[in-house]
Amino acid sequence: MAKILLEMKNITKTFPGVKALDNVNLQVEEGEIHALVGENGAGKSTLMNVLSGIYAYGSYEGDIVYDSEICKFNDIKDSEGKGIVIIHQELALIPYMTIAENMFLGNERGKKFKINWNETGALARQYLDTVGLSESTQTLIKDIGVGKQLVEIAKALSKHARLLILDEPTSSLNETDSRALLDLLLKLKKEQNLTSIIISHKLNEVSYVADKITVIRDGATIETLTKGVDDFSEARIIKGMVGRELSDRFPKRESHVGEVMMEVKNWNVYHPLYNERKIVDDVSINVRKGEVLGISGLMGAGRTELAMSIFGKSYGENISGQLFIQGKEVHLNSVQDAIKHKLAYVTEDRKGNGLILSNPIKINTTLANLGEVSNRTVIDKDKEYSVAVEYKEKLKTKCPTVEQNVGNLSGGNQQKVLLAKWMFANPDILILDEPTRGIDVGAKYEIYCIINQLVSEGKSVIMISSELPEILGMCDRIYVMNEGRMVGELDGKDATQEKIMTYILQSSGKREVG
Amino acid sequence: MNNTRVIDFIKKNTMIIVLIIVLGFFSWRTGGAILLPMNVSNLISQNAYVFILATGMLLCILTGGNIDLSVGSVVCFVGAIGATLMVNLNVPVWLTIIIMVLIGTAIGAFQGFWIAFVRIPPFITTLAGMLAFRGLSNVVLNGLTVSIKEQTTFVNLFGGGADCYVHDFLGGNGINLTCLVCGILAAALFVILQFITRINRKKHGYETEALWTFVVKMVVIVGVVILFAYKLAQHKGIPTVLIWVLVVVLVYGYITQNTTVGRHFYAVGGNEKATKLSGINTNKVYFLAYTNMGFLAALAAMVTIARLTSAQPTYGQNYEMDAIGSCFIGGASAYGGIGTVPGVIVGAVLMGVINLGMSLMGVDANMQKVVKGAVLLAAVIFDVVSKRGGKMIVKN
Repeated sequence: MAKILLEMKNITKTFPGVKALDNVNLQVEEGEIHALVGENGAGKSTLMNVLSGIYAYGSYEGDIVYDSEICKFNDIKDSEGKGIVIIHQELALIPYMTIAENMFLGNERGKKFKINWNETGALARQYLDTVGLSESTQTLIKDIGVGKQLVEIAKALSKHARLLILDEPTSSLNETDSRALLDLLLKLKKEQNLTSIIISHKLNEVSYVADKITVIRDGATIETLTKGVDDFSEARIIKGMVGRELSDRFPKRESHVGEVMMEVKNWNVYHPLYNERKIVDDVSINVRKGEVLGISGLMGAGRTELAMSIFGKSYGENISGQLFIQGKEVHLNSVQDAIKHKLAYVTEDRKGNGLILSNPIKINTTLANLGEVSNRTVIDKDKEYSVAVEYKEKLKTKCPTVEQNVGNLSGGNQQKVLLAKWMFANPDILILDEPTRGIDVGAKYEIYCIINQLVSEGKSVIMISSELPEILGMCDRIYVMNEGRMVGELDGKDATQEKIMTYILQSSGKREVG
Repeated sequence: MNNTRVIDFIKKNTMIIVLIIVLGFFSWRTGGAILLPMNVSNLISQNAYVFILATGMLLCILTGGNIDLSVGSVVCFVGAIGATLMVNLNVPVWLTIIIMVLIGTAIGAFQGFWIAFVRIPPFITTLAGMLAFRGLSNVVLNGLTVSIKEQTTFVNLFGGGADCYVHDFLGGNGINLTCLVCGILAAALFVILQFITRINRKKHGYETEALWTFVVKMVVIVGVVILFAYKLAQHKGIPTVLIWVLVVVLVYGYITQNTTVGRHFYAVGGNEKATKLSGINTNKVYFLAYTNMGFLAALAAMVTIARLTSAQPTYGQNYEMDAIGSCFIGGASAYGGIGTVPGVIVGAVLMGVINLGMSLMGVDANMQKVVKGAVLLAAVIFDVVSKRGGKMIVKN
């Protein structure tokens, strides 16, 4: 048996209100490719951030044993010093620098006051050859297409990486390029005995490349499968990923689904910067009165982009398609239009796009509907205050007063303020984008109750969520979205996690992503 | 009062406390000269343009720490046009005022268009404006000084010349009774309004501050207002320019605190994306901020040429810095979204007191600049560090 290179023992990491990792154990042998799989939010990225020192020693419990010694990384420099290099999904390359400059950024060759450009170039060439990238070392990063991943790997090798961590390396690659990248990993493993940990949602790739697969679910390691010993089929992996018991985590609701409220037909959206990239591809959906409609899919499937493009064209370029509200075609060209037509979009990024953290609860509550609390542009502050208090009580927001700054609230209470803001705008259709992300179980339950309350009042709720149990527990009907397209529609009653995952996995990589 | 409340009080009123300390220091060093009626009156007249410009600059800064570097040049340019119109072309005063306002606002709108709709960085747009309008001022004036000494109506209206005080209708003896009465009336009106608001809030069952802090606050404010009016009354009365300043401060104080437009400025600075997704036209907010800055620059131009009774191509230099400095000293955040008109006025008064105090002490003009620079840096460091929870150095 080969030497154990890395062992993570009983790692527990808590964020305020959430236990992200709970006694996680991971063993990686030298020279193997180890895959980490799990649903979004299962804790894979958190685990890798602990390993690479992004979460410093002391901020978590448990031990990292690497090369037979306990490591106490304070930052990413410490872990890189030991040869642990992480390549993030969002590549950390600077577009207006050359390949060679990027590869040795922060690790410059030569003397402190005189960079040795010849050595830089020669070394860069050598590592680029290893990874099989023929581009000149002087090419700017912005000018190379799919080779960016290879540059990252070359950069990692130049740091004498022994353990390479790749977070979703193939998420933006098409099938041919993905296969080439995986083959490179296999080659490096064979020739240089390089150990890698790969995080991926594409299970066919995982079973192709990995020697071992560890399944993480709800912040805990569920099982480790070994090639040649265990069943490595996709079905088997899916079972491990989703095999969670559904208990009473969702409040009961009697469905009273009415006529069609909003309908989207042949909706297409292109990327705002790269106009040739299609983000939403010929999507047609509808939502009924009093219905909770789920849109399931992996991160990056285009769900947020779909929602925002419907919400007054807040995202994307060259949007085409038809939008009907209560049977009438409407053209929503701005957020103002959308609000006027009683549509609301509750963002997934409550801190970035939803709330003004430095302002009090009352100001955030009324922001989307200031007209309601003002008289010819003069704000009635007493009315504003009473509105804020009313919603605070209705949603059971925990805060001393509504004068409290939103930035000081917990995630769950911030989410409630965000919901209050949009409920006060009095919409008929609410699009809730990841409404329970990053909040604890108790607050989740309360959010579910609010959703039930909304549909019982005859409103329509579209819930976008990456958490399958939540989609299954809450929705009357479920659309499955993947790579910009709707790939399946299920009735809430007969949907299962396996069915949804199968829809996603079977459609993955079938389309050229350009 | 327990410890946390003392700290809270100090945090909320830092600049007022600093102002009191600085005033105390200068009255000690100048043997009380800084509090002489003439000097109090001068403090207003000399700094009127700072109050006006700082109020406009606050709106720009609120949108996200954006500044307008062109105001000094715009003041000079609009002033140059006004003086030329009145002196060389014999245009009546009322028409001159309208033209000045229109030109200032148009310049603001022009810069605002590039900033708001094309999203050219404000720093660059207004730097260009700073250069261009300084040059154009020279062109308009042919590099010469145009004296407006003869235009007494205009000069007196905007607080220049010898007779720039509100006439004493009540005919006080050695003391300007009108001024004193106005001060007392203002204080009384303020107290009444505050009580009405308080009673209303009580009636609706909203929170109100404790009665004793409310009363103490009222007494202090009334005391300051009446003392201030008394000082002015001992000199020559209410400077006409003070009325302009008060109008600007009250109107903009009201707009920023009580209207939806005002709310939009704070929201954009607090989180532009969230504001946009709440259905607020953020482009319009930027446009308004800079258009309004042009409008107030025109007002400042009138005040400036009236006080100096002339227009010169060098007027208005560094006015933008005075305005920006006052905002930051007065607690506006360099990242936007935070700051109030009263705060900015306190900042401007503090700058004015430091200027006047050092001049009275006979401190070298160059050293005065050093001190002002140090005060500005200290104020912003205080703002940034206290917002970070007192941590001085950012972890790499």
